[in-house]
Amino acid sequence: MRNTVRFVHDGSIVQINNVDPTRTVLQYLREDVVKTGTKEGCAEGDCGACMVVIASLTQDHDALDYRAVNACIQFIGTLDGKELITIESLSKRGGALHPAQQAMVDCHGSQCGFCTPGFVMSLFALYKQRGTASRNDIDDTISGNLCRCTGYRPIVDAASAMMTESVATDQRHWQRGDTAASDAATIRQLVELSNDDPLHATSGHRQFIAPRTREALAQHYADHPDATLLAGGTDVGLWVTKQYRDLDTVIYLGNVAGLDNIEVTDVSIDVGAAVTFSALAPVLLDYYPELADLIRRWASAPVRNAATLGGNIANGSPIGDSMPVLIALDTTLTLRKGDQSRTLPLESLYHAYQDNDLGPGEFVETVHIPLPKTDQFVRSYKLSKRFDQDISAVCTGFALSLNNDNTVANVRLAFGGVAGTPIRAVHCEAALTGATFDEATIRNAMAVLRNEFTPLSDMRASSDYRRETTANLLYRFFIEVTQPEVATDVYNFGR
Amino acid sequence: MSTTSDDSVSIKGAAGTALAHDSAALHVSGGAMYTDDLPEPHGLLHAAFGVSREAHARIVSIDLSDVINAPGVVSVACAEDIAGNNNYGAVLEDDPIFANDLVQYVGQPMFAVAAVNVDAARRAALLAHVEYECLPALLDPEQALAAKSFVLPSRQMARGDAADALAKAPHRLSGTTRVGGQDQFYLEGQISIAVPREDGDMFLHCSTQHPGEIQHAVARVLELSDKDVVVECRRMGGAFGGKESQPALIACTAAILARKTGKAVKLRLDRDSDMIITGKRHDFVSHYDVGFDDDGRIQGITFEHLGRCGMSADLSGAINDRAMFHSDNAYYLPNVHIDSHRCKTHTVSNTAFRGFGGPQGMFAIEHVIDEIARHLGKDPLEVRRMNFYGIEERNVTPYDQIVEDNVIERIVDELCDSADYAQRRAEITRWNAASPILKRGLALTPVKFGISFTATHLNQAGALLQVYSDGSLHLNHGGTEMGQGLFTKVAQVVADTLQVDIDRIKITASDTSKVPNASATAASSGSDLNGMAARNAALKIRTRLTQFASEAYDVPQHDVRFAGNNVHVGGETVSFDALVKQAYMARISLSATGFYKTPKINYDKEKLSGRPFYYFAYGAAVSEVVIDTLTGEMRLTRADILHDCGNSLNPAIDLGQIEGGFVQGMGWLTAEELWWDGAGNLRTHAPATYKIPTSSDVPADLRVSMLSASPNNEATIHRSKAVGEPPLMLGISVYQAIKDAVDSCGDNGSAALVAPATPEAILRAVNVARGHV
Repeated sequence: MRNTVRFVHDGSIVQINNVDPTRTVLQYLREDVVKTGTKEGCAEGDCGACMVVIASLTQDHDALDYRAVNACIQFIGTLDGKELITIESLSKRGGALHPAQQAMVDCHGSQCGFCTPGFVMSLFALYKQRGTASRNDIDDTISGNLCRCTGYRPIVDAASAMMTESVATDQRHWQRGDTAASDAATIRQLVELSNDDPLHATSGHRQFIAPRTREALAQHYADHPDATLLAGGTDVGLWVTKQYRDLDTVIYLGNVAGLDNIEVTDVSIDVGAAVTFSALAPVLLDYYPELADLIRRWASAPVRNAATLGGNIANGSPIGDSMPVLIALDTTLTLRKGDQSRTLPLESLYHAYQDNDLGPGEFVETVHIPLPKTDQFVRSYKLSKRFDQDISAVCTGFALSLNNDNTVANVRLAFGGVAGTPIRAVHCEAALTGATFDEATIRNAMAVLRNEFTPLSDMRASSDYRRETTANLLYRFFIEVTQPEVATDVYNFGR
Repeated sequence: MSTTSDDSVSIKGAAGTALAHDSAALHVSGGAMYTDDLPEPHGLLHAAFGVSREAHARIVSIDLSDVINAPGVVSVACAEDIAGNNNYGAVLEDDPIFANDLVQYVGQPMFAVAAVNVDAARRAALLAHVEYECLPALLDPEQALAAKSFVLPSRQMARGDAADALAKAPHRLSGTTRVGGQDQFYLEGQISIAVPREDGDMFLHCSTQHPGEIQHAVARVLELSDKDVVVECRRMGGAFGGKESQPALIACTAAILARKTGKAVKLRLDRDSDMIITGKRHDFVSHYDVGFDDDGRIQGITFEHLGRCGMSADLSGAINDRAMFHSDNAYYLPNVHIDSHRCKTHTVSNTAFRGFGGPQGMFAIEHVIDEIARHLGKDPLEVRRMNFYGIEERNVTPYDQIVEDNVIERIVDELCDSADYAQRRAEITRWNAASPILKRGLALTPVKFGISFTATHLNQAGALLQVYSDGSLHLNHGGTEMGQGLFTKVAQVVADTLQVDIDRIKITASDTSKVPNASATAASSGSDLNGMAARNAALKIRTRLTQFASEAYDVPQHDVRFAGNNVHVGGETVSFDALVKQAYMARISLSATGFYKTPKINYDKEKLSGRPFYYFAYGAAVSEVVIDTLTGEMRLTRADILHDCGNSLNPAIDLGQIEGGFVQGMGWLTAEELWWDGAGNLRTHAPATYKIPTSSDVPADLRVSMLSASPNNEATIHRSKAVGEPPLMLGISVYQAIKDAVDSCGDNGSAALVAPATPEAILRAVNVARGHV
């Protein structure tokens, strides 16, 4: 057991004792070590002014994986065993700028400059990850960064421009701030940290526990059933920064060996509870290319870099965007408590708003997403005021199989944003099942669907809008299945 | 001394060059310091507001004991701790710093806590026990009008006989437009640090567009003279009008707590508090009645504007005036009557936001023009052209100013060509006919925006320029830097005037002790005013150096010429540095103040007539959108913009203003929705719920140009034109394109569309267009 958080920053191993379990990386940077280049814009992971890059060892321990995340909702303990890279790390004071920085200057990518360090960090991560980027890639990369001044065009240009700089330029200029620390040296440091005992940091009666094994995780949670399980922290972080909640015991899933594995079996994609959306995306996309837009529109790139599928499911928000389609696909869960496991259909997890089937000390261990079935039509539509990084007014998951005679063999329709939980439209499914999949049937099903739920009116949409669009999205699905030549894709129109 | 002369050597950063922002390298490296980044004074305390949870209520009792006893709390201040005036409103004294017996919006500050850290202050501020006696709350402008609840008297503007023209017109339409408010959403929230100085003086760092007003407000609150208070601001992380009057509340509160504790106090609002406590753009309801001929030419029109001012006057008088001044946009209105009501609601007091009422006025007239076109079955562009101001005739505004610099026809002609307007219009019509679900829309809208503060006395500026004996310069002026590049532009003016590289010029923080009584950096006037004032200072220095060189080298003054970091004195060339050193040794003053006041402007504030504006800035945009008629989702697929910057002082910076303004205007009219619940709680108070545009909302096909060879008619600095606000209103083209797409959905028109055109608003309008209601 180890009470000291250890991470690498600008060539040095930083050690922090008695860390407050919910102190954020942003508070650490701005208040504790007075590195003020990283800004606070919203303290909820929605603006990107606080963007930092976390580098971690790849599985083979021979390279670094760079991910931009929002420092404002990352607790310090999550840095354990990682490298923290901030805007100050990108260039030597007064020295040559990193290509991501220089391109922003050359393209007039800053005006007031307050969001700029965050954008630069997102671009830096992109630069480190890949050699080229399309406009869509760039939009996705900066989907978690808000700029109120420029209108983004110059920032997009900068992202393209920096790609023309060779990686050699980066290596020449990027020396981890004022140090001269190389990637190789950093990898050695991270390997050293990987041999540390598991972190169990205490601060008074409060504690941050980061087990390394599933067994230890299960045991800690059984011992502390009131603990808060922390994965990506993209929701838990807000409990602290927005609601001022005191979390006495935090158990972190991010260091549990194997919990971040994705295994594809003959029947399903088995996703460990600590798999981030960013890690899940390419695998899911391989099997379900029709979910590309949904995956792209799950939160923002930096949130997907931290947030986990397990967290989204266990959190069970009625407006979580993964659940409708996963319910439509008949996803099941492995739940674990101590050394006991059980499986449960995802849709059965949710009883009512903020009320689920998990017992004390029980957690979601694995998510089993069925592989696509032959001739199955799958779609998930998300409605929100803004396309990128918004919370759904309505989110749908549709899965449909037709018989040879064009009757509906099997249909599952699931929705977010229309009830206290993600929910299936069982009456509408019944209206469709066995019927000929034609305009008359769909109009009838739409009428059923309009009355299936009594959604709330709130700042995202009115109840009427939600009822009308759930039905209309079913119609969009019908058109896409039966008349694929008709233009329905507004999101990608002209892109 | 060199005897070679090379006139071709140009300086770095001359006026007109596309120089990067002066802080660009600092921005990208995290080295640019904003107020919260400054090294903290010893013993600094952190503050937070305790706020009202009711929209309109008497405070029966307030118990702060749990607040005071909370961990880390050092002090609490409320109304009785204010030595001077419990007010920060600059126009009327109706903005209490701390509500005393009456609260008038949810989020209104009642007290403030100072604690040893931010977290302790914010947690403690939630612990007050307040007993309210709730009063009826007016939560929208129509309720306020019905109740005759106003922050200021209603005003009228009239020319000709609108009623008669309406009665005689061949066609007549009436209706109502609705446009929402908008949060400034500067990325850097409101912040101020008050540092007590000896003898009761107060020094403040404040993120503000108007340091002078902060100085005055703090002085009044602390019962000090202006001379006792100094306010400094190097840069803001965005402002957009939101840091014109609002920072006074923040600064005064920090100063009150600093006075009370004797410690430096920082008050930084978190995002939610910022959005709940401080004012935004006014939402408007506008009723219109218009008469026109068969060509769509307007013969008479009336507007009745209802602006939601919130609970106090703040800047709402001038903002609503400007809405009236821009209810013509680029169109000649021969007979016109405009009523403007400044509605008092029990919501946050609305304030300046880029455009300052102008956008709301333009929004209404553009809707009317579009409706005329729909009524007559014409392309709206044809009706727009039909109504444009003329050059020699039809060139007088409703407020009797002659439009002398009209370039709107030229802009629209050039833009129609470059954007293939006619061809695309035909193609979209064909496409829509074959597309049942998605519909496309296209619109061109113009902008004509009046430049000057309508409060004439504000159109003045000062500057301070100091030359050190090594030839380096220190530049200060009354303007503030909020990202718009003002400091860069003004430095370019000085570099140009003295013909020295801009790198020699230290750009310094706005500081009330260097330039007194500076106006807010607002009304797009920053470069016009401060550029001229700085030029005036630079010319004084240049004149002194010229006189000195003339005497020292015994050549006539007209043979002394500044160029390329050198001074050519007769046949000789001396470096600027060397001449400065010689001047210093000869005891020549190397410090100068500069001053400027805008000429020609003059108008009657009571009658709202005369020449409020020195000149007009023009532009136009063509936007193309696609909407989903099943969901109301919308994408902007292409935008073409042609904007008039006169002789641009810095084309790179001006391009940034044009693009950024356009996207901000689009956000205002599309996804940015302020949503209050029935109890007056703003429920969109953070980026999770309030959606400003992201990069993917900006089309890859974005074509932005500046009007070529178009120097300002007036003798502005470098013959440039103000560019801060006007481009925001180019975003109206996106809204009108959406309206066009909606109109293509059915036979019942698109008048039902309201702004912001969220997916829900669009779907509702589509349903109306199709008769599905």
